[in-house]
Amino acid sequence: MSGCCPASPEDYSRYAEGFVTGRLPTLPGPVPVVSTTLTLADRLGGWRVRWNVGRSDHRVRPGLYAVGSPDDSSPVLVSANYKLSFDALRGELGGVDAWILVIDTRGVNVWCAAGKGTFGTAEIVSRVRRVGLAQVVSHQVLVVPQLGAPGVAAHEVRAGCGFRVVYGPVRARDILAFLAAGMSAEGGMRRVGFTLKERLALVPVELSALWRPRALLFAFAAVALGAVGPWGYSAAEGVARGGALVAAVALGVFAGALVTPALLPWIPGRMFSVKGALAGAVLAGPLLLAAGAGPLMTVWALAAVTAVSSFAAMNFTGSTTFTSLSGVLVEMRRSLPWQVGAGVFALAGWVAAAFVGGLA
Amino acid sequence: MSGLRYLEGVVTLTLDPDACTGCRMCAQVCPHGVLEMREARAVIVDRDACIECGACARNCAAGAVSVVPGVGCAAGVISGWLRGTGPSCDCSTGGC
Repeated sequence: MSGCCPASPEDYSRYAEGFVTGRLPTLPGPVPVVSTTLTLADRLGGWRVRWNVGRSDHRVRPGLYAVGSPDDSSPVLVSANYKLSFDALRGELGGVDAWILVIDTRGVNVWCAAGKGTFGTAEIVSRVRRVGLAQVVSHQVLVVPQLGAPGVAAHEVRAGCGFRVVYGPVRARDILAFLAAGMSAEGGMRRVGFTLKERLALVPVELSALWRPRALLFAFAAVALGAVGPWGYSAAEGVARGGALVAAVALGVFAGALVTPALLPWIPGRMFSVKGALAGAVLAGPLLLAAGAGPLMTVWALAAVTAVSSFAAMNFTGSTTFTSLSGVLVEMRRSLPWQVGAGVFALAGWVAAAFVGGLA
Repeated sequence: MSGLRYLEGVVTLTLDPDACTGCRMCAQVCPHGVLEMREARAVIVDRDACIECGACARNCAAGAVSVVPGVGCAAGVISGWLRGTGPSCDCSTGGC
């Protein structure tokens, strides 16, 4: 499981185009006019992407687009060719006359592409030239989303194509206020938060790991190995013991990948691994008590849940908006030994439980 | 702001005040208000909020700000280890 940036397979065979409503003639050629209303299909597409179903063809053909009836004085807004980024922008532009310059980020959103440099200086400069932007608008200003700034050097864009970069707001929903204020974004418009809604929006991606083949493989292995013991081979023991192990791991994933992100600000600790371990222990403890688990099972299951939840929570670092690489490296150096240790301890306890029935 | 903060005293951000030309770009592009303009010069006002995205350094024409950019993603670090590369944001799934 992981929550950070998607890979970018080089598949250009499919571009989303349903949003084009017409063509606007310009000097370098006709420019597609796009709707500012998101359809049910657009929203369903976004949902599919969040749940990891066919996200790689969710891209927009790079180039120049128009919203409303822009002329040579209308603003030029730069966007990634990830359809969700493009949709978020055009959906906010109702009643506005503007140009959208979609650059080729290989179907990756602005922030992730900027980190890789695909949303970057070179692509902006070459795209500005290729669409003949200087023949379309008489000003020389590009509005680049602020989250693209890690990949874009404003002074180099200017040197490369003559256009001056003005960094727009972090969120597309502030774009109207930004334009109305004479291209000025102040205070909150420039700050990245991490609300409950934003945190929960990422959970599906984390949880989608659960139905990957390796999760099933693990379940089968747990049942097959759980069936072996002093009794020889017993399918019933396999289901019971394997089931217990699978349940412990699933609870750990639930605690680390869902509960921890949702309750992030309220769980004590700075390190995600600590938050995850706490969430796992707090969830697993009462469950084990209620299930009347013996001392050995209580110990191995508690270790399994906390190890998995700690690791799953740590993997959520990539989905957050406030972690640094240096911080993550420090956290991993401190936490991984404990996570691995607890995992090995849990497995040893689970195996031992087959042989000491009285305690299990 | 959600008020969420990560570890303290770990980031690689540095600022050379003598090289700063006061262009304001770093303060503008920082998504966490780490840099601010004071008396026409950039200052680091909240170092521990830095996420090392690199936007400030990339947009500093004078080279006054520097940071080792990266993504704070444990999964990316692990996949980098497995592939023998540096930390990489190229996970097979997911969305920021």
